Amino acid sequence: MATTTKPSRSQTLAKTAMYPLDWLEERSGLVGGVKYFLFRKVPGDTSWWHTLGSATLTAFLVQLVTGVILAMYYKPDVNSAHESVEHITHDVWGGWLVRGMHRWGASVFIILMFMHMGRVFLFGAYKYPRELNWIVGVLILATGLFEGLTGYLLPFDQTAYWATVVAININGTAPFVGPWLASVLRGGAEIGPDTLARFYSIHMLLVPGALIGLIGLHLYLVVRLGVTSPPWSKEAADREPDPEPPPPRSGMVQPAPRAAGVRRRPSE
Amino acid sequence: MEDPRGGDQQPQLPSPSLWPVGFAVGIVCLLVGLVISWWVAALGAALALIFGFLWARDVATRGPSAPGATEVTADGAPEPSTGERFPRNKFLEGATLGLGAVIGGIVTLPVLGFAIMPSFLKQKYHKVDVGPLSDFEEGQWKVVTFIRDPEQGEISRRTAFIRNNGPLNGVPDVTVLSNRCAHVGCPVQPGGPVFEKQEKTIKTDNGDVLITPVLPAAGFICPCHGGTYDQEGVRIAGPPVRGLDRYEFEVVHGRLILGDLYSVVNVEGTGKTAKIEKVELHGPGQHADGAESWLYPLQPPH
Repeated sequence: MATTTKPSRSQTLAKTAMYPLDWLEERSGLVGGVKYFLFRKVPGDTSWWHTLGSATLTAFLVQLVTGVILAMYYKPDVNSAHESVEHITHDVWGGWLVRGMHRWGASVFIILMFMHMGRVFLFGAYKYPRELNWIVGVLILATGLFEGLTGYLLPFDQTAYWATVVAININGTAPFVGPWLASVLRGGAEIGPDTLARFYSIHMLLVPGALIGLIGLHLYLVVRLGVTSPPWSKEAADREPDPEPPPPRSGMVQPAPRAAGVRRRPSE
Repeated sequence: MEDPRGGDQQPQLPSPSLWPVGFAVGIVCLLVGLVISWWVAALGAALALIFGFLWARDVATRGPSAPGATEVTADGAPEPSTGERFPRNKFLEGATLGLGAVIGGIVTLPVLGFAIMPSFLKQKYHKVDVGPLSDFEEGQWKVVTFIRDPEQGEISRRTAFIRNNGPLNGVPDVTVLSNRCAHVGCPVQPGGPVFEKQEKTIKTDNGDVLITPVLPAAGFICPCHGGTYDQEGVRIAGPPVRGLDRYEFEVVHGRLILGDLYSVVNVEGTGKTAKIEKVELHGPGQHADGAESWLYPLQPPH
């Protein structure tokens, strides 16, 4: 690599500018990884419907950011929780906006999850080899709904309190484990100070952690398996079968030739 | 993938240089100067700028030094063959997994217990004094709200409908209905006028007890989903799976003391002559009798 000719001024400048990126790439491979993620091949006839997944991710990130900031002003204590929410809404600069984003963003997140789910179902994108990603998606939906349930108590007004009473009691009617499940959710036999603190911890630490992990897995599988062509895609239907079988990958199930609709990279 | 030790994949180590040391000294001077005085900070900033520039120029012009890099890679050990498995391999693998599991268990179990066990331990509530029995006229319903656990404060405020049935064989008898609907736990309301102007506040050790006369002519009705109960708390319409729960009570030195809650399967008769079929407290929506009660064989401590 070492060259004897002196590099020109512009070459030196470009090299200096790129040096931090090269440094990072050599030690982590992150630059290549991000490039791979951003510039990977997708079917040519993807449409706006395919953006629902990233829209859901964006909604989740909005919840994450606004939630973290709201936690700076919120007090998870039965005597001051409601006051602190009022304080956020009326007194803290921009509080009405950030709380509003978190409140309405929660609904947006849930609605987008269902729309994304509908898209995946109607496009048949849950079929082989993407069944596992459907399952991960369902887990994300369940944990997302649990976020909704636990977050609903936090404003601690009459609506929040009684909605949570009803929700916990509905859980309590599950056969066999119901009464015990309700006690765990309440942190005792009755709703009390522990219930609010417990819901707060679940809402802002436990479940978001699980959600971040599940979303990471979901994205990994999306990148690994590729984006599905729409059902009307001529490209996928008319495609010639591969002249040579795809190279074997040890320990992995071979994707079926027509299942993916992913364009193979020219190098393979 | 190519062998990372050979060919073009040599690690590109920067050549040794003293400039970063000067740069670091400059940064330290700058930070210390921010606390001590401005000219030390200025000196530090100048040092950091100069050495930073020299360092950057060094990196940009000299580039990575190829010869230095080979030193690190020269001592590469031969690849162990992957096919063979010695007993020691298996033992080490098992020991690693086993130790990991033990450590994981030691950490996880107490934390899990910490999260869950308090829900089931020490659930006994204190007895609640709701004032002298003489405040409860015979046959008159009262809405009584009281704090059930002074440690928790207002959040533990509960409501009961209390009617003094008059003495039975010389012993005072009282009907104490919980206002928690047996459907999903909404607060049941009296079906008739509440005489709010006659509300009375009684100071007790547990805090204020509010007593309001009420005339629940139509029994008790839940605002959420329309569950309806008669004056004995027996379900007469709507989704609830059983009647209203009741509080144990006792009268000590003329004061009415409420105790634990229990669930009621059936009530025959009214008032002091009513025969009450008691069971352990069940949550709302949980059947306490019939085949469906087999779904809830064990109740957590209340």
